[in-house]
Amino acid sequence: MDNRHHTQPATSVKMEVEIAGMKMKNPMLTASGTFGFGEEFADFIDLEKLGGFIVKGTTLEPREGNPYPRMAETPSGMLNAVGLQNKGVDHFVNEIYPRLKRLNTNVLVNVSGAKIDDYVAVAERLAPLAAIPAIEVNISCPNVKQGGMAFGTTTDGAAAVTEAIRKVWPRTLIVKLSPNVTSISDIAMAVEDAGADSVSLINTIMGMAIDVERRRPCLSTITGGLSGAAVRPVAVRMVWQVAKAVDIPVIGLGGISSGRDVIEFMLAGARAVQIGTANFIDPQVTVKAIDWMEQWCSRHGVTDINEIVGEI
Amino acid sequence: MGKKNIFDALLISSRDLSERYSMLTLRLPDSIGEMEVLPGQFVEIRVTDSPSTYLRRPISICDYDAAERMMTLLIRRAGEGTEHLCNLPIGAKVDILGPLGNGFTLPAAGTSALLAGGGIGVAPLMLLGKRMRQAGVNVTLLLGARTADEILLLDEFKAIGNVAVSTDDGSLGEKGYAADNSVLNRRYDLVCTCGPKPMMVGIARKAHATGSPCEVSLENLMACGLGACLCCVEPTLKGNLRACVEGPVFDTSQLLWEL
Repeated sequence: MDNRHHTQPATSVKMEVEIAGMKMKNPMLTASGTFGFGEEFADFIDLEKLGGFIVKGTTLEPREGNPYPRMAETPSGMLNAVGLQNKGVDHFVNEIYPRLKRLNTNVLVNVSGAKIDDYVAVAERLAPLAAIPAIEVNISCPNVKQGGMAFGTTTDGAAAVTEAIRKVWPRTLIVKLSPNVTSISDIAMAVEDAGADSVSLINTIMGMAIDVERRRPCLSTITGGLSGAAVRPVAVRMVWQVAKAVDIPVIGLGGISSGRDVIEFMLAGARAVQIGTANFIDPQVTVKAIDWMEQWCSRHGVTDINEIVGEI
Repeated sequence: MGKKNIFDALLISSRDLSERYSMLTLRLPDSIGEMEVLPGQFVEIRVTDSPSTYLRRPISICDYDAAERMMTLLIRRAGEGTEHLCNLPIGAKVDILGPLGNGFTLPAAGTSALLAGGGIGVAPLMLLGKRMRQAGVNVTLLLGARTADEILLLDEFKAIGNVAVSTDDGSLGEKGYAADNSVLNRRYDLVCTCGPKPMMVGIARKAHATGSPCEVSLENLMACGLGACLCCVEPTLKGNLRACVEGPVFDTSQLLWEL
Protein backbone atom coordinates (compact mmCIF):
# COMPACT_ATOMS: atom_id res chain seq x y z
CA MET A 1 0.00 0.00 0.00
CA ASP A 2 1.26 3.48 -0.65
CA ASN A 3 1.19 6.15 2.00
CA ARG A 4 -0.86 8.74 0.19
CA HIS A 5 -3.34 9.18 2.97
CA HIS A 6 -0.75 9.96 5.59
CA THR A 7 -0.39 13.66 6.11
CA GLN A 8 1.18 15.86 8.73
CA PRO A 9 -0.18 15.05 12.17
CA ALA A 10 -2.50 17.82 13.23
CA THR A 11 -2.04 19.61 16.50
CA SER A 12 -3.99 18.11 19.34
CA VAL A 13 -7.61 18.33 18.30
CA LYS A 14 -10.04 16.37 20.41
CA MET A 15 -11.77 14.09 17.94
CA GLU A 16 -13.52 11.79 20.41
CA VAL A 17 -17.30 11.75 20.34
CA GLU A 18 -19.86 9.75 22.24
CA ILE A 19 -23.15 8.28 21.11
CA ALA A 20 -25.21 7.52 24.19
CA GLY A 21 -22.45 5.74 26.05
CA MET A 22 -20.59 4.42 23.02
CA LYS A 23 -17.23 6.14 23.01
CA MET A 24 -15.64 6.71 19.63
CA LYS A 25 -12.07 7.86 18.95
CA ASN A 26 -13.44 10.00 16.13
CA PRO A 27 -16.84 10.55 14.47
CA MET A 28 -16.08 8.19 11.57
CA LEU A 29 -18.18 5.08 11.04
CA THR A 30 -18.76 3.14 7.86
CA ALA A 31 -22.24 2.44 6.58
CA SER A 32 -23.78 -0.99 6.72
CA GLY A 33 -23.70 -2.90 3.45
CA THR A 34 -20.76 -0.97 2.10
CA PHE A 35 -17.97 -2.28 4.28
CA GLY A 36 -18.57 -6.03 4.51
CA PHE A 37 -17.28 -7.24 7.88
CA GLY A 38 -14.46 -4.73 7.82
CA GLU A 39 -11.97 -7.40 6.86
CA GLU A 40 -12.56 -6.66 3.17
CA PHE A 41 -10.85 -3.31 3.75
CA ALA A 42 -8.03 -4.43 6.03
CA ASP A 43 -5.49 -4.45 3.17
CA PHE A 44 -6.12 -0.74 2.61
CA ILE A 45 -6.63 0.87 5.99
CA ASP A 46 -5.99 0.26 9.66
CA LEU A 47 -9.52 -0.52 10.88
CA GLU A 48 -8.57 0.68 14.36
CA LYS A 49 -8.20 4.24 13.05
CA LEU A 50 -11.97 4.38 12.56
CA GLY A 51 -14.44 5.46 15.19
CA GLY A 52 -16.10 2.21 14.28
CA PHE A 53 -17.73 0.26 11.50
CA ILE A 54 -21.15 -1.22 10.97
CA VAL A 55 -21.36 -4.70 9.54
CA LYS A 56 -23.78 -5.80 6.86
CA GLY A 57 -27.51 -5.95 7.64
CA THR A 58 -28.12 -9.10 9.64
CA THR A 59 -31.39 -11.02 9.79
CA LEU A 60 -32.56 -13.95 11.89
CA GLU A 61 -32.44 -16.42 9.01
CA PRO A 62 -29.97 -16.46 6.11
CA ARG A 63 -31.17 -14.52 3.06
CA GLU A 64 -30.08 -14.90 -0.56
CA GLY A 65 -31.18 -11.39 -1.47
CA ASN A 66 -32.63 -10.25 -4.77
CA PRO A 67 -31.85 -11.61 -8.24
CA TYR A 68 -29.12 -10.10 -10.39
CA PRO A 69 -28.86 -7.36 -11.68
CA ARG A 70 -28.74 -5.54 -8.37
CA MET A 71 -26.80 -2.44 -9.30
CA ALA A 72 -26.95 0.44 -11.74
CA GLU A 73 -24.60 3.38 -11.96
CA THR A 74 -26.38 6.74 -12.03
CA PRO A 75 -25.13 10.33 -12.17
CA SER A 76 -22.78 10.74 -9.18
CA GLY A 77 -24.30 7.72 -7.53
CA MET A 78 -25.65 4.24 -7.83
CA LEU A 79 -28.85 2.30 -7.34
CA ASN A 80 -28.75 -0.98 -5.50
CA ALA A 81 -31.25 -3.71 -4.84
CA VAL A 82 -29.15 -6.20 -2.93
CA GLY A 83 -32.06 -7.12 -0.67
CA LEU A 84 -30.21 -7.90 2.55
CA GLN A 85 -28.25 -10.92 1.38
CA ASN A 86 -26.62 -12.27 4.54
CA LYS A 87 -25.86 -15.56 6.27
CA GLY A 88 -28.02 -14.88 9.30
CA VAL A 89 -27.29 -13.83 12.86
CA ASP A 90 -25.95 -17.21 13.98
CA HIS A 91 -23.28 -17.07 11.31
CA PHE A 92 -22.26 -13.66 12.58
CA VAL A 93 -22.20 -14.79 16.19
CA ASN A 94 -20.28 -18.00 15.55
CA GLU A 95 -17.99 -17.20 12.61
CA ILE A 96 -17.51 -13.46 12.34
CA TYR A 97 -17.69 -12.10 15.87
CA PRO A 98 -14.76 -14.18 17.20
CA ARG A 99 -12.54 -12.62 14.52
CA LEU A 100 -13.67 -9.04 15.17
CA LYS A 101 -14.10 -8.92 18.92
CA ARG A 102 -10.51 -8.01 19.74
CA LEU A 103 -10.36 -5.03 17.39
CA ASN A 104 -9.73 -1.76 19.18
CA THR A 105 -12.64 -0.01 17.53
CA ASN A 106 -16.42 -0.12 17.74
CA VAL A 107 -17.99 -2.94 15.75
CA LEU A 108 -21.69 -2.30 15.30
CA VAL A 109 -24.24 -4.65 13.82
CA ASN A 110 -27.05 -3.52 11.56
CA VAL A 111 -30.21 -5.48 12.35
CA SER A 112 -33.06 -6.15 9.96
CA GLY A 113 -36.20 -8.21 9.94
CA ALA A 114 -39.50 -8.86 8.25
CA LYS A 115 -41.48 -8.74 11.47
CA ILE A 116 -40.93 -7.33 14.93
CA ASP A 117 -40.28 -10.74 16.47
CA ASP A 118 -37.40 -11.24 14.03
CA TYR A 119 -35.75 -7.97 14.99
CA VAL A 120 -36.13 -8.86 18.65
CA ALA A 121 -34.70 -12.34 18.14
CA VAL A 122 -31.62 -10.94 16.38
CA ALA A 123 -31.09 -8.33 19.11
CA GLU A 124 -31.41 -11.05 21.76
CA ARG A 125 -28.70 -13.14 20.10
CA LEU A 126 -26.39 -10.15 19.84
CA ALA A 127 -26.99 -8.91 23.39
CA PRO A 128 -24.48 -11.28 25.05
CA LEU A 129 -21.68 -10.15 22.69
CA ALA A 130 -19.89 -7.70 24.95
CA ALA A 131 -17.68 -6.30 22.19
CA ILE A 132 -20.70 -5.05 20.24
CA PRO A 133 -21.38 -1.65 21.84
CA ALA A 134 -24.35 -0.76 19.67
CA ILE A 135 -26.80 -2.05 17.14
CA GLU A 136 -28.29 -0.08 14.31
CA VAL A 137 -31.87 -1.06 13.61
CA ASN A 138 -32.71 -0.92 9.93
CA ILE A 139 -36.33 0.13 9.53
CA SER A 140 -35.58 1.67 6.20
CA CYS A 141 -34.39 -0.90 3.67
CA PRO A 142 -36.19 -0.15 0.40
CA ASN A 143 -35.19 -3.48 -1.12
CA VAL A 144 -37.14 -6.09 0.80
CA LYS A 145 -40.79 -6.83 0.19
CA GLN A 146 -41.86 -7.34 3.77
CA GLY A 147 -40.85 -5.22 6.69
CA GLY A 148 -37.78 -3.12 6.21
CA MET A 149 -39.03 0.22 5.08
CA ALA A 150 -42.63 -0.63 5.95
CA PHE A 151 -41.73 -0.06 9.61
CA GLY A 152 -39.78 3.07 8.88
CA THR A 153 -42.45 5.00 7.01
CA THR A 154 -45.00 5.35 9.80
CA THR A 155 -44.48 6.78 13.26
CA ASP A 156 -46.42 3.88 14.81
CA GLY A 157 -44.42 1.23 12.96
CA ALA A 158 -41.09 2.84 13.77
CA ALA A 159 -42.01 3.24 17.44
CA ALA A 160 -43.27 -0.33 17.73
CA VAL A 161 -40.02 -1.86 16.46
CA THR A 162 -37.92 0.44 18.61
CA GLU A 163 -39.92 -0.27 21.74
CA ALA A 164 -39.72 -4.02 21.24
CA ILE A 165 -35.95 -4.01 20.69
CA ARG A 166 -35.37 -1.60 23.56
CA LYS A 167 -36.64 -4.29 25.93
CA VAL A 168 -33.95 -6.78 24.93
CA TRP A 169 -30.99 -4.63 23.85
CA PRO A 170 -29.04 -3.26 26.83
CA ARG A 171 -26.50 -1.03 25.11
CA THR A 172 -26.61 1.81 22.58
CA LEU A 173 -29.64 1.53 20.32
CA ILE A 174 -29.47 3.39 17.02
CA VAL A 175 -32.41 3.45 14.63
CA LYS A 176 -31.66 4.01 10.94
CA LEU A 177 -34.25 6.18 9.28
CA SER A 178 -35.70 6.16 5.81
CA PRO A 179 -35.72 9.34 3.74
CA ASN A 180 -38.71 8.02 1.81
CA VAL A 181 -41.22 9.74 4.07
CA THR A 182 -43.05 13.03 4.22
CA SER A 183 -41.61 14.11 7.55
CA ILE A 184 -38.47 12.38 8.74
CA SER A 185 -38.53 14.52 11.90
CA ASP A 186 -41.83 12.95 12.96
CA ILE A 187 -40.35 9.46 12.62
CA ALA A 188 -37.22 10.54 14.52
CA MET A 189 -39.30 11.92 17.39
CA ALA A 190 -41.38 8.74 17.47
CA VAL A 191 -38.33 6.48 17.86
CA GLU A 192 -36.81 8.85 20.42
CA ASP A 193 -39.97 8.56 22.49
CA ALA A 194 -39.89 4.78 22.06
CA GLY A 195 -36.44 4.53 23.60
CA ALA A 196 -33.89 4.94 20.83
CA ASP A 197 -30.52 6.31 21.98
CA SER A 198 -29.65 7.72 18.58
CA VAL A 199 -30.89 7.94 15.01
CA SER A 200 -28.85 7.48 11.86
CA LEU A 201 -29.94 8.94 8.55
CA ILE A 202 -30.40 8.71 5.68
CA ASN A 203 -30.80 5.24 4.24
CA THR A 204 -31.01 5.13 0.45
CA ILE A 205 -33.59 7.10 -1.50
CA MET A 206 -35.96 5.05 -3.61
CA GLY A 207 -35.01 5.39 -7.25
CA MET A 208 -35.26 3.76 -10.63
CA ALA A 209 -33.32 3.58 -13.88
CA ILE A 210 -34.24 2.18 -17.28
CA ASP A 211 -31.97 0.76 -19.98
CA VAL A 212 -33.45 2.53 -22.98
CA GLU A 213 -31.82 0.24 -25.56
CA ARG A 214 -33.20 -2.92 -23.99
CA ARG A 215 -36.33 -1.08 -22.82
CA ARG A 216 -36.01 -2.82 -19.48
CA PRO A 217 -35.47 -1.62 -15.91
CA CYS A 218 -31.80 -1.71 -14.95
CA LEU A 219 -32.57 -3.58 -11.70
CA SER A 220 -34.26 -6.96 -11.33
CA THR A 221 -36.54 -5.38 -8.73
CA ILE A 222 -37.33 -2.39 -10.99
CA THR A 223 -36.80 0.10 -8.14
CA GLY A 224 -33.86 0.31 -5.77
CA GLY A 225 -32.02 2.52 -3.33
CA LEU A 226 -30.02 5.52 -4.51
CA SER A 227 -26.75 6.29 -2.75
CA GLY A 228 -23.56 8.18 -3.44
CA ALA A 229 -22.69 11.85 -3.78
CA ALA A 230 -25.97 12.53 -5.59
CA VAL A 231 -28.00 12.17 -2.38
CA ARG A 232 -25.81 14.32 -0.17
CA PRO A 233 -27.78 17.61 -0.19
CA VAL A 234 -30.95 15.70 0.65
CA ALA A 235 -29.18 13.99 3.53
CA VAL A 236 -27.69 17.20 4.88
CA ARG A 237 -31.13 18.81 4.88
CA MET A 238 -32.70 15.86 6.71
CA VAL A 239 -29.90 15.67 9.29
CA TRP A 240 -30.36 19.38 9.95
CA GLN A 241 -34.14 18.97 10.37
CA VAL A 242 -33.88 15.92 12.61
CA ALA A 243 -31.12 17.40 14.77
CA LYS A 244 -33.45 20.30 15.50
CA ALA A 245 -36.32 17.97 16.34
CA VAL A 246 -34.73 15.46 18.75
CA ASP A 247 -32.45 15.57 21.79
CA ILE A 248 -30.67 12.27 21.09
CA PRO A 249 -27.46 12.28 19.02
CA VAL A 250 -27.82 12.11 15.26
CA ILE A 251 -25.52 10.06 13.03
CA GLY A 252 -25.36 11.50 9.53
CA LEU A 253 -24.84 9.62 6.29
CA GLY A 254 -25.71 9.93 2.65
CA GLY A 255 -23.13 10.62 -0.02
CA ILE A 256 -20.26 11.54 2.28
CA SER A 257 -17.09 11.28 0.21
CA SER A 258 -14.50 13.43 1.98
CA GLY A 259 -13.52 15.17 5.18
CA ARG A 260 -15.20 18.28 3.87
CA ASP A 261 -18.48 16.41 3.63
CA VAL A 262 -18.14 15.11 7.19
CA ILE A 263 -17.69 18.64 8.50
CA GLU A 264 -20.77 19.68 6.53
CA PHE A 265 -22.87 16.98 8.23
CA MET A 266 -21.52 17.86 11.66
CA LEU A 267 -22.30 21.53 11.18
CA ALA A 268 -25.82 20.43 10.21
CA GLY A 269 -26.17 18.56 13.50
CA ALA A 270 -24.53 15.13 13.18
CA ARG A 271 -22.50 13.94 16.21
CA ALA A 272 -21.01 11.12 14.13
CA VAL A 273 -21.12 10.12 10.47
CA GLN A 274 -21.00 7.10 8.23
CA ILE A 275 -19.25 6.77 4.90
CA GLY A 276 -20.88 4.27 2.56
CA THR A 277 -20.72 4.17 -1.21
CA ALA A 278 -17.54 6.27 -1.31
CA ASN A 279 -15.69 3.25 0.13
CA PHE A 280 -16.24 1.54 -3.23
CA ILE A 281 -14.46 4.31 -5.07
CA ASP A 282 -11.65 4.85 -2.60
CA PRO A 283 -11.22 2.20 0.08
CA GLN A 284 -9.02 4.65 2.01
CA VAL A 285 -11.56 7.47 1.99
CA THR A 286 -12.37 7.10 5.71
CA VAL A 287 -8.84 7.58 7.02
CA LYS A 288 -8.15 10.35 4.52
CA ALA A 289 -11.28 12.13 5.71
CA ILE A 290 -10.24 11.83 9.37
CA ASP A 291 -6.89 13.44 8.58
CA TRP A 292 -8.58 16.20 6.64
CA MET A 293 -11.00 16.89 9.50
CA GLU A 294 -8.14 17.28 11.96
CA GLN A 295 -6.50 19.78 9.66
CA TRP A 296 -9.77 21.63 9.18
CA CYS A 297 -10.16 21.90 12.95
CA SER A 298 -6.62 23.23 13.32
CA ARG A 299 -7.23 25.72 10.55
CA HIS A 300 -10.46 26.90 12.16
CA GLY A 301 -9.15 27.00 15.71
CA VAL A 302 -11.48 24.21 16.76
CA THR A 303 -9.96 22.27 19.64
CA ASP A 304 -12.84 19.83 20.16
CA ILE A 305 -14.79 18.48 17.20
CA ASN A 306 -17.93 18.43 19.37
CA GLU A 307 -17.92 22.24 19.29
CA ILE A 308 -19.16 22.35 15.72
CA VAL A 309 -22.03 19.89 16.02
CA GLY A 310 -25.26 21.60 15.04
CA GLU A 311 -23.67 25.00 14.55
CA ILE A 312 -26.12 25.72 11.75
CA MET B 1 -5.02 -14.95 -2.48
CA GLY B 2 -2.39 -12.25 -2.25
CA LYS B 3 -2.65 -8.83 -0.74
CA LYS B 4 -4.80 -6.25 -2.48
CA ASN B 5 -3.15 -2.97 -3.33
CA ILE B 6 -4.15 0.53 -4.29
CA PHE B 7 -1.66 2.49 -6.33
CA ASP B 8 -1.10 4.94 -9.14
CA ALA B 9 0.39 3.28 -12.20
CA LEU B 10 2.02 5.16 -15.03
CA LEU B 11 0.57 4.80 -18.51
CA ILE B 12 3.50 4.07 -20.78
CA SER B 13 1.71 2.99 -23.94
CA SER B 14 -1.79 3.03 -25.33
CA ARG B 15 -2.44 1.33 -28.63
CA ASP B 16 -5.69 0.99 -30.58
CA LEU B 17 -6.08 -2.62 -31.66
CA SER B 18 -9.26 -1.89 -33.60
CA GLU B 19 -11.99 0.71 -33.67
CA ARG B 20 -13.41 -0.54 -30.38
CA TYR B 21 -10.43 -1.99 -28.51
CA SER B 22 -7.31 -0.50 -26.99
CA MET B 23 -4.34 -2.02 -25.21
CA LEU B 24 -2.92 -0.08 -22.27
CA THR B 25 0.48 -0.84 -20.78
CA LEU B 26 1.13 0.44 -17.28
CA ARG B 27 4.23 0.60 -15.14
CA LEU B 28 3.54 -0.21 -11.51
CA PRO B 29 5.18 1.79 -8.73
CA ASP B 30 8.03 0.24 -6.74
CA SER B 31 6.16 1.11 -3.54
CA ILE B 32 3.82 -1.87 -3.81
CA GLY B 33 6.70 -4.36 -3.62
CA GLU B 34 6.32 -7.88 -4.94
CA MET B 35 2.82 -8.31 -6.35
CA GLU B 36 1.49 -11.67 -7.40
CA VAL B 37 -1.11 -11.84 -10.16
CA LEU B 38 -3.12 -14.96 -10.95
CA PRO B 39 -4.38 -15.36 -14.53
CA GLY B 40 -8.06 -14.43 -14.48
CA GLN B 41 -7.72 -11.76 -11.82
CA PHE B 42 -8.79 -8.19 -12.53
CA VAL B 43 -8.23 -4.64 -11.36
CA GLU B 44 -10.70 -1.84 -10.60
CA ILE B 45 -9.71 1.42 -12.25
CA ARG B 46 -10.83 4.80 -11.06
CA VAL B 47 -11.75 7.03 -13.95
CA THR B 48 -11.00 10.60 -13.01
CA ASP B 49 -12.05 13.67 -14.97
CA SER B 50 -15.08 11.87 -16.37
CA PRO B 51 -18.08 13.37 -14.57
CA SER B 52 -20.52 10.69 -15.70
CA THR B 53 -18.31 7.88 -14.40
CA TYR B 54 -18.87 7.40 -10.68
CA LEU B 55 -17.73 3.87 -9.91
CA ARG B 56 -14.45 2.19 -10.74
CA ARG B 57 -14.30 0.05 -13.87
CA PRO B 58 -13.40 -3.64 -13.48
CA ILE B 59 -10.84 -4.66 -16.13
CA SER B 60 -9.24 -8.09 -16.62
CA ILE B 61 -5.49 -8.29 -16.36
CA CYS B 62 -4.32 -9.28 -19.84
CA ASP B 63 -0.63 -9.63 -19.13
CA TYR B 64 1.70 -9.04 -16.22
CA ASP B 65 5.47 -9.00 -15.96
CA ALA B 66 6.43 -8.97 -12.28
CA ALA B 67 10.15 -8.41 -12.95
CA GLU B 68 9.54 -5.40 -15.20
CA ARG B 69 6.56 -4.25 -13.11
CA MET B 70 4.43 -3.98 -16.24
CA MET B 71 0.73 -4.70 -16.52
CA THR B 72 -1.23 -4.85 -19.76
CA LEU B 73 -4.96 -4.26 -19.99
CA LEU B 74 -7.33 -4.63 -22.92
CA ILE B 75 -10.17 -2.16 -22.90
CA ARG B 76 -13.30 -2.05 -25.00
CA ARG B 77 -14.80 1.36 -25.61
CA ALA B 78 -18.11 0.41 -24.06
CA GLY B 79 -19.15 3.72 -22.53
CA GLU B 80 -17.86 7.05 -21.33
CA GLY B 81 -15.66 5.57 -18.61
CA THR B 82 -13.80 3.11 -20.82
CA GLU B 83 -13.70 5.65 -23.66
CA HIS B 84 -11.94 8.02 -21.29
CA LEU B 85 -9.42 5.33 -20.29
CA CYS B 86 -8.65 4.55 -23.94
CA ASN B 87 -7.99 8.24 -24.59
CA LEU B 88 -5.64 8.83 -21.65
CA PRO B 89 -2.36 10.45 -22.69
CA ILE B 90 0.94 8.63 -22.24
CA GLY B 91 2.37 9.55 -18.86
CA ALA B 92 -1.04 9.72 -17.21
CA LYS B 93 -1.41 8.34 -13.70
CA VAL B 94 -3.97 5.57 -13.44
CA ASP B 95 -5.52 4.80 -10.03
CA ILE B 96 -5.66 1.02 -9.71
CA LEU B 97 -7.12 -1.30 -7.09
CA GLY B 98 -6.04 -4.90 -7.28
CA PRO B 99 -5.35 -7.57 -8.11
CA LEU B 100 -8.86 -8.76 -7.30
CA GLY B 101 -10.78 -12.02 -7.50
CA ASN B 102 -9.63 -15.58 -7.93
CA GLY B 103 -8.04 -17.04 -11.04
CA PHE B 104 -8.29 -19.94 -13.44
CA THR B 105 -6.94 -23.33 -12.44
CA LEU B 106 -3.43 -24.00 -13.71
CA PRO B 107 -3.43 -27.65 -14.80
CA ALA B 108 -0.47 -30.04 -14.53
CA ALA B 109 2.24 -30.45 -17.16
CA GLY B 110 1.32 -32.70 -20.05
CA THR B 111 -2.40 -32.01 -19.82
CA SER B 112 -4.46 -30.30 -22.51
CA ALA B 113 -6.37 -27.05 -22.20
CA LEU B 114 -8.63 -25.08 -24.48
CA LEU B 115 -8.82 -21.35 -23.85
CA ALA B 116 -11.81 -19.78 -25.58
CA GLY B 117 -12.31 -16.02 -25.66
CA GLY B 118 -14.93 -13.87 -27.33
CA GLY B 119 -14.38 -10.19 -28.03
CA ILE B 120 -12.81 -8.45 -25.03
CA GLY B 121 -12.98 -11.82 -23.25
CA VAL B 122 -9.66 -12.83 -24.79
CA ALA B 123 -7.94 -10.48 -22.31
CA PRO B 124 -7.30 -12.84 -19.38
CA LEU B 125 -6.36 -15.68 -21.76
CA MET B 126 -3.03 -14.03 -22.61
CA LEU B 127 -1.52 -14.33 -19.14
CA LEU B 128 -3.31 -17.64 -18.62
CA GLY B 129 -1.95 -19.05 -21.89
CA LYS B 130 1.58 -17.92 -21.11
CA ARG B 131 1.51 -19.44 -17.62
CA MET B 132 0.06 -22.68 -18.97
CA ARG B 133 2.67 -22.89 -21.68
CA GLN B 134 5.42 -22.33 -19.11
CA ALA B 135 3.86 -25.07 -17.00
CA GLY B 136 4.02 -27.53 -19.91
CA VAL B 137 0.30 -27.59 -20.66
CA ASN B 138 -0.69 -28.28 -24.24
CA VAL B 139 -2.67 -25.12 -25.04
CA THR B 140 -5.22 -24.63 -27.80
CA LEU B 141 -6.79 -21.20 -28.19
CA LEU B 142 -10.15 -20.34 -29.67
CA LEU B 143 -10.74 -16.70 -30.51
CA GLY B 144 -14.16 -15.44 -31.55
CA ALA B 145 -15.31 -12.05 -32.78
CA ARG B 146 -17.78 -10.44 -35.15
CA THR B 147 -15.18 -9.81 -37.86
CA ALA B 148 -11.48 -10.47 -38.58
CA ASP B 149 -10.70 -6.88 -37.49
CA GLU B 150 -11.80 -7.69 -33.98
CA ILE B 151 -9.73 -10.82 -33.53
CA LEU B 152 -7.27 -9.35 -31.07
CA LEU B 153 -3.59 -10.18 -30.48
CA LEU B 154 -3.58 -13.05 -32.97
CA ASP B 155 0.21 -13.17 -33.34
CA GLU B 156 0.74 -13.08 -29.60
CA PHE B 157 -1.70 -15.94 -29.11
CA LYS B 158 -0.04 -17.96 -31.88
CA ALA B 159 3.18 -17.83 -29.83
CA ILE B 160 1.35 -19.64 -27.04
CA GLY B 161 -0.33 -22.52 -28.85
CA ASN B 162 -2.51 -23.60 -31.72
CA VAL B 163 -5.08 -20.95 -32.51
CA ALA B 164 -8.56 -21.58 -33.92
CA VAL B 165 -10.70 -18.63 -34.97
CA SER B 166 -14.41 -18.07 -35.47
CA THR B 167 -15.91 -14.91 -36.95
CA ASP B 168 -19.58 -14.18 -37.37
CA ASP B 169 -19.04 -13.09 -40.97
CA GLY B 170 -16.44 -15.72 -41.87
CA SER B 171 -13.77 -13.10 -42.62
CA LEU B 172 -11.26 -15.20 -40.63
CA GLY B 173 -11.32 -18.83 -39.51
CA GLU B 174 -14.60 -20.69 -39.34
CA LYS B 175 -17.79 -18.77 -40.08
CA GLY B 176 -20.19 -18.67 -37.16
CA TYR B 177 -20.10 -18.51 -33.39
CA ALA B 178 -17.08 -19.56 -31.37
CA ALA B 179 -19.25 -22.10 -29.54
CA ASP B 180 -19.77 -23.90 -32.86
CA ASN B 181 -16.07 -24.12 -33.74
CA SER B 182 -14.93 -27.65 -34.58
CA VAL B 183 -12.07 -27.39 -32.09
CA LEU B 184 -14.68 -27.93 -29.39
CA ASN B 185 -15.57 -31.40 -30.62
CA ARG B 186 -12.86 -33.16 -28.62
CA ARG B 187 -12.19 -33.54 -24.93
CA TYR B 188 -9.72 -31.36 -23.01
CA ASP B 189 -8.44 -31.69 -19.46
CA LEU B 190 -9.68 -28.14 -18.92
CA VAL B 191 -11.68 -25.63 -20.92
CA CYS B 192 -11.39 -21.98 -19.83
CA THR B 193 -13.64 -19.35 -21.32
CA CYS B 194 -14.32 -15.64 -21.04
CA GLY B 195 -16.65 -13.56 -23.18
CA PRO B 196 -20.29 -12.69 -23.65
CA LYS B 197 -22.55 -14.93 -21.61
CA PRO B 198 -24.32 -16.63 -24.57
CA MET B 199 -20.90 -17.60 -25.93
CA MET B 200 -19.72 -18.94 -22.59
CA VAL B 201 -22.92 -20.94 -22.18
CA GLY B 202 -22.39 -22.40 -25.67
CA ILE B 203 -18.76 -23.27 -24.90
CA ALA B 204 -19.74 -24.75 -21.54
CA ARG B 205 -22.37 -26.96 -23.22
CA LYS B 206 -19.79 -28.31 -25.67
CA ALA B 207 -17.33 -28.89 -22.85
CA HIS B 208 -20.03 -30.68 -20.89
CA ALA B 209 -20.87 -32.84 -23.93
CA THR B 210 -17.24 -33.91 -24.39
CA GLY B 211 -16.68 -34.49 -20.68
CA SER B 212 -14.25 -31.57 -20.34
CA PRO B 213 -14.14 -29.66 -17.04
CA CYS B 214 -14.98 -26.03 -17.75
CA GLU B 215 -14.19 -22.76 -16.01
CA VAL B 216 -15.84 -19.50 -16.97
CA SER B 217 -14.87 -15.94 -16.11
CA LEU B 218 -18.01 -13.89 -15.44
CA GLU B 219 -18.42 -10.23 -16.25
CA ASN B 220 -21.24 -9.49 -13.80
CA LEU B 221 -21.91 -5.82 -13.11
CA MET B 222 -19.80 -4.84 -10.17
CA ALA B 223 -19.50 -1.91 -7.80
CA CYS B 224 -16.82 -2.33 -5.13
CA GLY B 225 -14.77 -5.28 -6.41
CA LEU B 226 -13.87 -6.06 -2.79
CA GLY B 227 -16.73 -8.28 -1.71
CA ALA B 228 -18.50 -5.62 0.31
CA CYS B 229 -21.49 -4.52 -1.75
CA LEU B 230 -22.86 -7.91 -2.90
CA CYS B 231 -23.97 -6.48 -6.24
CA CYS B 232 -22.11 -8.85 -8.59
CA VAL B 233 -23.43 -12.13 -7.22
CA GLU B 234 -23.95 -15.26 -9.30
CA PRO B 235 -26.36 -18.02 -8.27
CA THR B 236 -24.41 -21.21 -7.51
CA LEU B 237 -24.93 -24.52 -5.74
CA LYS B 238 -23.67 -22.74 -2.62
CA GLY B 239 -26.08 -19.81 -3.00
CA ASN B 240 -25.34 -16.37 -4.38
CA LEU B 241 -21.57 -15.96 -4.57
CA ARG B 242 -19.68 -12.76 -5.29
CA ALA B 243 -18.09 -12.63 -8.75
CA CYS B 244 -15.46 -10.25 -7.34
CA VAL B 245 -14.22 -12.57 -4.56
CA GLU B 246 -15.35 -16.16 -5.07
CA GLY B 247 -15.07 -15.42 -8.82
CA PRO B 248 -14.78 -14.06 -11.43
CA VAL B 249 -13.76 -17.61 -12.39
CA PHE B 250 -16.26 -20.34 -11.59
CA ASP B 251 -16.31 -24.03 -12.44
CA THR B 252 -19.48 -24.51 -14.49
CA SER B 253 -20.37 -27.54 -12.36
CA GLN B 254 -20.96 -25.06 -9.51
CA LEU B 255 -23.24 -22.76 -11.49
CA LEU B 256 -26.95 -23.12 -12.14
CA TRP B 257 -26.58 -22.85 -15.92
CA GLU B 258 -28.57 -25.32 -18.00
CA LEU B 259 -25.89 -27.27 -19.84
